[in-house]
Amino acid sequence: MKGKSLLEGGAGRFLVGLAPYAWLLVFFLVPFLIVLKISLSEPQMGIPPYMPLVDWAEGAFKGTLAGYRTLLGDNLYLLAYLGSLRLAGMATLGCLLLGYPAAYAIARAPRSRRQALLMLVALPFWTSFLIRVYAWIGILKNEGLLNMALMGMGVISEPLQILETDTAVTIGMVYSYLPFMILPLYATLEKMDLSLLEAAADLGCRPFRAFLAVTLPLSMPGVVAGCMLVFIPAVGEFVIPDLLGGPDTLVIGKVLWAEFFDNRDWPTASAVAVAMLVLLVVPIMVFQHFEAKRAERGE
Amino acid sequence: MNNRGFALYTALALVYAFLYLPIALLVIYSFNASKLVTVWGGFSTKWYGELLQDHQVLDAAWLSLKIAFVNACLATGLGTLAAVVLVRFKRFSGRALFTGMVSAPLVMPEIITGLALLLLFVGMENLLGWPDGRSMTTIVIAHVTFSLSFVTVVVRSRLSQMDRSLEEAAMDLGARPLTVFMKITLPIIAPALAAGWLLAFTLSVDDVVISAFVSGPGATPLPIVIFSKVRLGVSPEINALATIVVALVALAIAVAGRVMMSKEKPGG
Repeated sequence: MKGKSLLEGGAGRFLVGLAPYAWLLVFFLVPFLIVLKISLSEPQMGIPPYMPLVDWAEGAFKGTLAGYRTLLGDNLYLLAYLGSLRLAGMATLGCLLLGYPAAYAIARAPRSRRQALLMLVALPFWTSFLIRVYAWIGILKNEGLLNMALMGMGVISEPLQILETDTAVTIGMVYSYLPFMILPLYATLEKMDLSLLEAAADLGCRPFRAFLAVTLPLSMPGVVAGCMLVFIPAVGEFVIPDLLGGPDTLVIGKVLWAEFFDNRDWPTASAVAVAMLVLLVVPIMVFQHFEAKRAERGE
Repeated sequence: MNNRGFALYTALALVYAFLYLPIALLVIYSFNASKLVTVWGGFSTKWYGELLQDHQVLDAAWLSLKIAFVNACLATGLGTLAAVVLVRFKRFSGRALFTGMVSAPLVMPEIITGLALLLLFVGMENLLGWPDGRSMTTIVIAHVTFSLSFVTVVVRSRLSQMDRSLEEAAMDLGARPLTVFMKITLPIIAPALAAGWLLAFTLSVDDVVISAFVSGPGATPLPIVIFSKVRLGVSPEINALATIVVALVALAIAVAGRVMMSKEKPGG
């Protein structure tokens, strides 16, 4: 045994790996296989609300692509998919526009203050997400605080309809995910070698041009990381579109929820989940894989 | 330069206002006497009184804390083991599958994870007779499954930065592998374990979507209760609840900050 740690010995290794491996197989991989199976089953009235895939008595395979045909046949699903991408894209852009100056300001603040400033960005994350989304209902609704304030100042004469629109959903997403943008941006901006900017200035470069030519390209890894951290949860989001959006706010998360809980159509809900997995999650994982590879080579 | 600095600080101040104003308004309006959430009807603490009478909310809060505690312990244990596997075992059969399964929950929309786990529980119940309906157990299992990945990320980075010569020194001095792990490795990665535990706790106590799938009439955690109340409209009682949550979080952070500062001082 000497010279080999427990973590490198054969039996020890096996035991260490067994628990997380088994847990993830049973509670992560198998559930997806079940989703795949049910997405191919025929719906029925009853419990459970789908037919068995294989009729053992007859020995026949009873699969159907009806669930997937519904997805292709009805515009609703395509619109919801595009709606999710659009809202997540707007939220990511919003976070970037607000987050970049903030991260830049923190990274260039006196060293002694940076930790505290950063803490202030991360703090809201530790309070409840649901409560933070809820706070915006009171602000954005027709007789809400924002409309009251604007009318009080005489900017508008009638309340603006903001709640139950895509604008409200975007505001809610930017608000919820802004810290995820600022933290990675700060990390890259803070590491930057400032003598590069001095060199640019010595060579006669104006500050703004130096920012475009030096700072911005160097901060790209942070921009990519931040955008991914915002885009990924935003695109599958359910709570924010449900609470802040209106009936017209069409996102894939809401569609899946409605198929499952309201229509009790498990096969279609499962087909939506499979489509979401293939069209959203797999591309994101592939992208992340190549980003990680690129980062490894770059450093 | 000075102008630019001023502009930057203004932008930063606006971002902080954006982050904190909504929370501040929640707190202020929780003391509003009027039932209309946006009309100020004088100072009152009556909503706190009503909240403390609301057994549904209190039971749900207690259940959520229990779930979050059990979840954080299990997720930290499993997530740490997964991190050890990823950092220390470079080659074993099924490594690619394992890596994929550990990182997938980080990008998986909660709504898919929730649906998949519910379908698993329904299938298991039909096949094995367990779990018997939706309960605290099913919620804990679901939460562990998604939060262990976050623990793994935190522990993994600490573990891969760790100086392995300390372990080698201990082994050269004849320490048994298990002793090395308990006496050398674990204390070094302990801060990451604590951070992972807190993260898992927060994720669990905050989760709406996955809980909505795997909770049942007998076991309704707090976010589900709040969510269904909020869907019916804004109510001052929720403002009061929100204020209590914010106060507790602020208190916990203040305590954690104190502890960390006092620990860091002697070491420099």
